[in-house]
Amino acid sequence: MKSKLIEVKDLKKYYPAKKSSIIGKTQYLKAVDGVSFYINEGETFGLVGESGCGKSTVGKSIIRLFDITDGEILYRGKDISKLNGRQLKSYRRKMQVIFQDPYSSLNPTLTVEEIISEPLDVYNIGDKGQRRERVIELLEKVGLNKDHLGRYPHEFSGGQRQRIGIARALSIKPEFILCDEPISALDVSIQAQVVNMLEDLQEELGLTYLFIAHDLSMVRYISHRIGVMYLGKLVEKGPSDEIYNHPAHPYTQALLSSVLEPDPKMAAKTIKALEGDVPSPLNPPKGCRFVTRCKYAMKKCYEIEPKLKEISPDHSVACHLY
Amino acid sequence: MKDSLLEVKDLEVTFFNRNGKVRAVRGINFDVKKGEILGIVGESGSGKTVTNLSIMGLLKGTGKVTKGQIIYKGENLLNKSEKEMLKIRGNDIAMIFQDPMTSLNPVFTVGNQITDVIMRHQKLSRKEAKKKTIEMLKMVGIPSAEERYNNYPHEFSGGMRQRAIIAMALSCKPDLLIADEPTTALDVTIQAQILELLKELKEKLNTSIILITHDLGVVANICSRVVVMYGGMIMEEGSVEDIFYTPLHPYTKGLLQSLPKTGGKMKERLIPIKGNPPNLANEIKGCPFADRCPYTMDICREKQPKYYYDGENHRGMCWLLDKSINGKGENHEE
Amino acid sequence: MNSKLLSNVTEQLKENSLGKISIFVIVILTFASVLAFLSPYDPNKIDVMNRLAAPSKQHPFGTDEMGRDYFTRALYGGRVSLTVGFLSMIISTTIGTIVGTISGYFGGKVDSFIMRFVDILMSIPTFFLILILNAYLKPGVQNIIIIIGLFSWMSIARIVRGETISIKEREYVQYSQVIGEKSSVIIKKHIIPNIFPTVIVAATLNIASAILMESSLSFLGLGVRQPNSSWGSMLKYAQGYMEEAPYLAFFPGILILMTVLSFNVLGDIFRLAFEPKANDD
Repeated sequence: MKSKLIEVKDLKKYYPAKKSSIIGKTQYLKAVDGVSFYINEGETFGLVGESGCGKSTVGKSIIRLFDITDGEILYRGKDISKLNGRQLKSYRRKMQVIFQDPYSSLNPTLTVEEIISEPLDVYNIGDKGQRRERVIELLEKVGLNKDHLGRYPHEFSGGQRQRIGIARALSIKPEFILCDEPISALDVSIQAQVVNMLEDLQEELGLTYLFIAHDLSMVRYISHRIGVMYLGKLVEKGPSDEIYNHPAHPYTQALLSSVLEPDPKMAAKTIKALEGDVPSPLNPPKGCRFVTRCKYAMKKCYEIEPKLKEISPDHSVACHLY
Repeated sequence: MKDSLLEVKDLEVTFFNRNGKVRAVRGINFDVKKGEILGIVGESGSGKTVTNLSIMGLLKGTGKVTKGQIIYKGENLLNKSEKEMLKIRGNDIAMIFQDPMTSLNPVFTVGNQITDVIMRHQKLSRKEAKKKTIEMLKMVGIPSAEERYNNYPHEFSGGMRQRAIIAMALSCKPDLLIADEPTTALDVTIQAQILELLKELKEKLNTSIILITHDLGVVANICSRVVVMYGGMIMEEGSVEDIFYTPLHPYTKGLLQSLPKTGGKMKERLIPIKGNPPNLANEIKGCPFADRCPYTMDICREKQPKYYYDGENHRGMCWLLDKSINGKGENHEE
Repeated sequence: MNSKLLSNVTEQLKENSLGKISIFVIVILTFASVLAFLSPYDPNKIDVMNRLAAPSKQHPFGTDEMGRDYFTRALYGGRVSLTVGFLSMIISTTIGTIVGTISGYFGGKVDSFIMRFVDILMSIPTFFLILILNAYLKPGVQNIIIIIGLFSWMSIARIVRGETISIKEREYVQYSQVIGEKSSVIIKKHIIPNIFPTVIVAATLNIASAILMESSLSFLGLGVRQPNSSWGSMLKYAQGYMEEAPYLAFFPGILILMTVLSFNVLGDIFRLAFEPKANDD
């Protein structure tokens, strides 16, 4: 039995939005509204959904980029959601992040050496010589070399920058890495390089990933378990093959059928558009949040919000059809 | 055989900046036939967007067409004055861009913007133009178009905005529509809707479409012919079936292999293309893909390959396809 | 990065002949006022026999109402004007950058408080405030520098705050926050180097306005006092002799004009050079 490294319980993150009138109470944008899942040690959990569904907010809540509204974030069973300052620092050391945009994730005024050794500086690890050695070791690990030490980010291509970002994340030997759409800004021929590297590193260092993406084929490829989000809610979660082979929620089904297969013969089959747009998160539908676009919508769906139900081992879905 | 609507002949585009010149497009030939969707696939820096900006006469700043012709309905667009191009843009050739947010002016209503475009190109009264706008909005699937006419761009969702832009682009019934990554900024479910719409409209209006994208899934689903670009050159051209089932060029093969397989249950390791795209500021003597190709031979770095044909319409630019060289051994057969 | 900025500046200068002239003017005036002691004349030596002499070979700018060499006085005056410009710019830029980054980075209540304070300061006509303060303080170059410096940082703080807010959203700043970096280090390491170009532009324009401010103060007799000179005070004394010796007003006037204009042009060039270009990849 694997142990849970991270468990999120009923996570909520609300942002204050505009007031409806001067005396009216503040309206809240419920970016994440009650999300629960866990990630086993050494595994990859994939979080998918369309833009604005709250998947990035979940990730950033876990690494404590901001305070959450409600819920618990357990790291090896200890709730870190209310920790601050020094207490939090020992957890921060174990959690790292790789961002989506390789252009805005590296400070353009620093050299590669300064960028990668930043976490080492923060945690005061080693002296100057040892840090340099560690940086060189990391650069080689991600397929760059020591000639790159003194260069600036603008001298690198997108794929290389993402490698620098990975080297930086590895520098303080984390246990958990949040991968926030790490490949969506990269060229197709580079994406596979980065994904392979993430997998190799996971095997070598026993890393645990939360992999956030909107590209379902890559998420399926890299994840052991997957959660599907829609408008701040988790609508389905389960082992990745199970989700792909037996998608239960109508939204998951629609998402999967919207994936464009790179195969002209399957073309006629693959385009099956889901009608309509995502409703505004400021004013989500009452019952099931997917009800406005669901072709199976029943009366019940407009009134009662479905709860996650386990339909097969470790595979749960929030839908009244089950 | 269908007639060509647009022919690009030996086009070269170079950007001159203070550090020297960047040859973004290095001599390409292709044509667009009437009523087809031509896909141009390539990574960033492959020259696909620059090619299409040259067709529209919208190259800005230091970029110049240094060689070649762009023949549209028998006339070379490169010889046209800016005034003549203004007439052609929108009326004959329309373009839609990647980001639907920046393509609409936020201070005017969506309907007014489309009406203005119609009035600029056609001799219609405002009333007639408005009627036509609403017709167009309906055609691209915007619900309650009459009310939506008076909405501002921020009141539209991303998918709706892209629909409105398509309506604007098609409002003057252009013969050619250039769509530059029209779905990249959109979510997958919306992407499927927009592609479906483009396909439908092509049938209805018989518009030719050039679809620029980096996504092979998009190409497989809506294009009939494909041009694969890399390093400012065309690596391979053929029908979708040719490209996806019998690719000639190692680059095309590499691209297809680097995608995760979705069909099977077995998890196969991805096969990436090693290395990084070439820096176009450097002179490339041979094949631009030589540094990343698993089959590189000496000649690849020295001499630019010719095109070799497999059938009439399927060509690839690679020395491996040359029987006389490929026969000599040392390099690998597939 | 800094070498890239520099090359952008030289690139801009190459294309812009007005810019070349501005740099030339600033360099020449700076050198001339630093080397003013090489002049054969004592700026304060009175020579009543030679009052109000027209410009000639011996006295290129002529002499003033006390027979002092006007050219030498203008050089020493330039020293004062430029020193006031530079030093008060340093004071105001430092304050503006610190206040602006703190306000922008921490946001929330800190930001509201600081920005309202800035609003209040900005809504008081600075010039009159300086006039009043001046009345209580001993006139002199030092006080002028400090006063101008202390009352012209608000616009810089505003610009810096805006930039900081946009840089703060960059992922490398978020990354530093995630690994638990101290806020002061983040501001020093990630924010300030990236707003540096903006600060330089604002600082350059600030020099120009500081020089103008000093001239105005001195013109009103609140700045540099006799026998010392600055361009502003020279203008003041030239007033009385407009008819007999119009060149007394002309020379300091033209010097102020040229200097201020040059710094403004230079600021504009910096702005153009630091603007990100679309095709700069």
